This record gives sequence, structure tokens and C-alpha cells, in this order.
Amino acid sequence: MEDGLVIAGRTYGSRLLVGTGKYRDFDETRRAIEASGAEIVTVAIRRVNIGQNPGEPSLLEVLPPSRYTILPNTAGCYTAEEAVRTLRLARELLDGHSLVKLEVLGDAETLFPNMPETLAAARTLVAEGFQVMVYCSDDPILARQLEELGCVAVMPLASLIGSGMGILNPWNLQIILDRARVPVLVDAGIGTASDAAVAMELGCDGVLMNTAIAKARDPVRMGRAMKLAVQAGREAWLAGRMAKKPYSAAPSSPTEGLIGKTA
Amino acid sequence: MVLRINGDERRFAPPLTVEALVGLLGFEGRRIAIERNGEIVPRSRYSQVELSDGDRLEVVVAVGGG
Repeated sequence: MEDGLVIAGRTYGSRLLVGTGKYRDFDETRRAIEASGAEIVTVAIRRVNIGQNPGEPSLLEVLPPSRYTILPNTAGCYTAEEAVRTLRLARELLDGHSLVKLEVLGDAETLFPNMPETLAAARTLVAEGFQVMVYCSDDPILARQLEELGCVAVMPLASLIGSGMGILNPWNLQIILDRARVPVLVDAGIGTASDAAVAMELGCDGVLMNTAIAKARDPVRMGRAMKLAVQAGREAWLAGRMAKKPYSAAPSSPTEGLIGKTA
Repeated sequence: MVLRINGDERRFAPPLTVEALVGLLGFEGRRIAIERNGEIVPRSRYSQVELSDGDRLEVVVAVGGG
């Protein structure tokens, strides 16, 4: 596959990863994710509703693991212990599948990650054979520590989860990108297509988002927009942008041969 | 015996395997995972694991999330 995204030894054609929450219904979930072209989709793990109608459709029927790489996450966990238990359950749920998204929150209002707990959970999960993609703050030292622990991808936030504020600190992100030897994906904060394109133009290996698609007026159309933005940003990064020349404007048209001039 | 399932206490007549419980709850054939007293119960062991009074069970599924 040309220019694929390689995570834990497996190659993916799409560099856009999407969440599955906040859609109106499963049909909208399915259509928006199809339009996004995403191959890796993240899901939450929750207690089953006892007494629930057993015939009710389930998310994994709408997004079958035979078609998508299901990335179970620990959204809503506030301790390393909760996160590790959740992912052990997820691995059992998904027949031994070990690629997971670790996220340990530190604060219910901002959903900022609790990095000491995240590091502790990552250490345990790697030791237990999980392939850990980790949501983290955009601190380059912590990102490096997560990589050294054996995480297969680091996923710094662009801005707060669900905020749609875009990339608030491209400079930190750049430092992480310059040094990382594992894929770096922006996770959280993308609001619209240009944010995704900027992330890719900075050199990110991929982008993970949920709300930007699910809460667009037309989620299916936004799914497609994000697919194109990630592709465009990646192409621009590979092409290598022109140098910025703030004080030396240079016309693109010939300066000779203008009409009305005396020779 | 009393089992605490997803935080709620429920009464069942022993003996009861995990497999039988899954049937009673109507989750047969559904993609679920079960933790018993903090330990995963592998699906392959559902028919062998006998539940005991006071067991704490977590029964989970995949749901939409980011």
C-alpha cells in the first residue's frame, strides 16, 4: 500500500481514525463513518443494560470487526486500575484483539489527561501484551516517556476533548513530531476540516476525531470533508510547502512584456 | 444466593454457571465480556465457572464513544 499508516506492524490506507459516539442513531453512525473512509474506529466499553431487549442491534453489528479495526478505549476512566480492567474486558470482548486506545482522565470539566495514571496504566498494559495507542497531553517529555514504555502510537491533544478549538499549540506538537519514532496522531480538539489539514501539514501520521463529525449539521458530509482534509494535508506535507517569505513578495507572472510601456 | 451484577444485587438459585447466567440474562450469542471479582472470565470457561454467593460481576459491551 502506497504511503500507508503503519501501526504496530499493520498498514492502514486511511490516516483518519474516528470515534463512534454522539451520533443520532446507528444508521447515521454507519453512514458518516463510511463517508470518512476510516478503517480504525474507536469504541467505548460500558456495562450492559440488564433487562435490555436482547434483539436490540449492537454497535458491533453496525461496525463489524470483520470490516473495521475496532479500537476499544478507556474514555471515562480516571485511574490506571479502571483503565486496565476496562481494556482487559475489551480484549476478551474482541477475541484477543490487543490494539487499544488508553485514555485516563484527570478532570471531569476539562477532560485533561491524568498523565501519572496514564503512564502507570501504559506500563501495565504493555507488560500484558497490549498494543497501546495513548491519548496524552502535548508535553514532549511525557510523549517520549510513553514511547519508551513501549506504546505503539502517541496521541497528543490538539485542544480539549469535544471542544472543536483546533490546534492550540502547534509548537509543542512540532517538537513531539521531530523526536518521535512511533506514529504521532492528534487526538481531540479538531473542529473542522482545516484543523485536520493543519495537523497533517505539521507532519502528524494521523488524526483521531469524533465530535467534529458527529456534531456537524450534516455528519455524513463532514465525514467526507475530513477524509479529504486529511488526504490534502498529508499530500501537502509530502510535497513540502514553499518557504514563507514575509517581506519579499515575488510576482508569479512575468515582469516583462506589460502593455502600455515605452521601451 | 446473591450476585452483584453491574452494581445491582440479584438473587439466583444455585448451582449456577456463568454460561447459565448468561442464558438467564438473555445475552446468549451476544458479544459481551465478563469480569468476576476483578478477574476476566474467558468465554471458553463460561460452562465450567460456578458462581458463588457474593460474587461481583461486571458484564460489558462495546458502545459508541470517542
